[in-house]
Amino acid sequence: MESTIATDADRDNWDGGNQKPLEASYGKMMMWFFILSDAITFSGFLGAYGLMRFKFIDSWPIADEVFTHFPFLHGVHAPMYYVALMTFVLIFSSVTMVLAVDAGHQMKKAKVTFYMLLTIIGGVIFLGSQAWEWKNFIQGSYGAVQLNDGKIIQFVDASGHQVTLESFVKPSDNERTQHIKSKGLWFVEEAALPAITLNEVIEGFKAHPEITIRTEQINMELKEKIIIPRADAMNFLNESKAVVVGANLQVNEYGKTLFADFFFFITGFHGFHVFSGVIINIIIFFNVIIGTYERRGHYEMVEKVGLYWHFVDLVWVFVFTFFYLV
Amino acid sequence: MAHAQEHTSHTKLIWKVFGILSVITFVEVILGIIKPEFLHLTHFLGTSLLNSIFLILTLVKAYYITWFFMHMADEKKSLRRAVVWTALFLIIYLATLLLIEGSYINDVMGPLTKWNY
Repeated sequence: MESTIATDADRDNWDGGNQKPLEASYGKMMMWFFILSDAITFSGFLGAYGLMRFKFIDSWPIADEVFTHFPFLHGVHAPMYYVALMTFVLIFSSVTMVLAVDAGHQMKKAKVTFYMLLTIIGGVIFLGSQAWEWKNFIQGSYGAVQLNDGKIIQFVDASGHQVTLESFVKPSDNERTQHIKSKGLWFVEEAALPAITLNEVIEGFKAHPEITIRTEQINMELKEKIIIPRADAMNFLNESKAVVVGANLQVNEYGKTLFADFFFFITGFHGFHVFSGVIINIIIFFNVIIGTYERRGHYEMVEKVGLYWHFVDLVWVFVFTFFYLV
Repeated sequence: MAHAQEHTSHTKLIWKVFGILSVITFVEVILGIIKPEFLHLTHFLGTSLLNSIFLILTLVKAYYITWFFMHMADEKKSLRRAVVWTALFLIIYLATLLLIEGSYINDVMGPLTKWNY
């Protein structure tokens, strides 16, 4: 009973002093409960993603067709490889973190310092990789056309593979130029015009008989997007509203905008956790160097940030599964 | 006060767990790239067998990270249960309701979505 009730004896200690409920120090126990609440927060986000995914189960983007880039392999269809690399980086930085904790138990300052440094480097590499992944997603790969009701149609060749807009669209002399302040009204601004206009896409489509379109709809037997015969394709193109290149919070060339919204929000929220983890790790790293924990007599602080760091890895395991695998 | 326990190094265990996690991730990635048809195109308990395998492998990874990297195995049983059981219960509860509702919306809305023009 004594171990679970606070007594007046330790009033001066905000951290509970010698009291150790559940035989864990206050700091460690509170880190566990913070992690519990954070895990439930992430579950809420991933659960909402799951709700929307089941709602649009027959028209959700196929991850293998969205994340296909790998550094220095331009134009190569490389699904999964890059995110697998990112996952390994994060798992490995988890290993160095736990090695730092292990070295801390044995009071080996030099080893703790070294492993903390490796962990920080791993975290920074992961963040950089995440930024690159975002860049590719934002820039897009093929381009698509959005219909009046918001649906996305993509262009495929005879073999059913997607083709880029540039491959069949012939740029025409456009009478419309971007409105800039120096050449127009000084108080009016205009966003850059799209490189390819809707008319050019439609003309290019008519000029290339080997190309047809596919909708977002999935053939649930084959788990592939349904390709529309060319004879029917113009009925779709007559309904088109805009050319879409890349993905953002408003449109997404890969399909449902919700997919982009959830991707940015959940990986962004996770990335923010990684970022704060790196910052906290750096603080602890310098504390290790100046010998704070050596004087304190234990490296429990390393253990606590380690818990947070492993949690970040744990969340990534689930994000990886739900965004890239299933 | 001082940590009298745990002066022995667990380096060997850590590398072993790293090996297990790497192998699982490797298997997941290979399956994700190949997507064998006999797993991918089947229906079992509301999803494909492949997805069920991914889910199970993910939970195995989560177990190894929590138990051996976060040292949950060394915590007192009461702390472990307070954290793990709470999380498991609430997450399963939430996910079940949300996914059932999502399916239901699809059942109602799906037939009304226009796919031909």
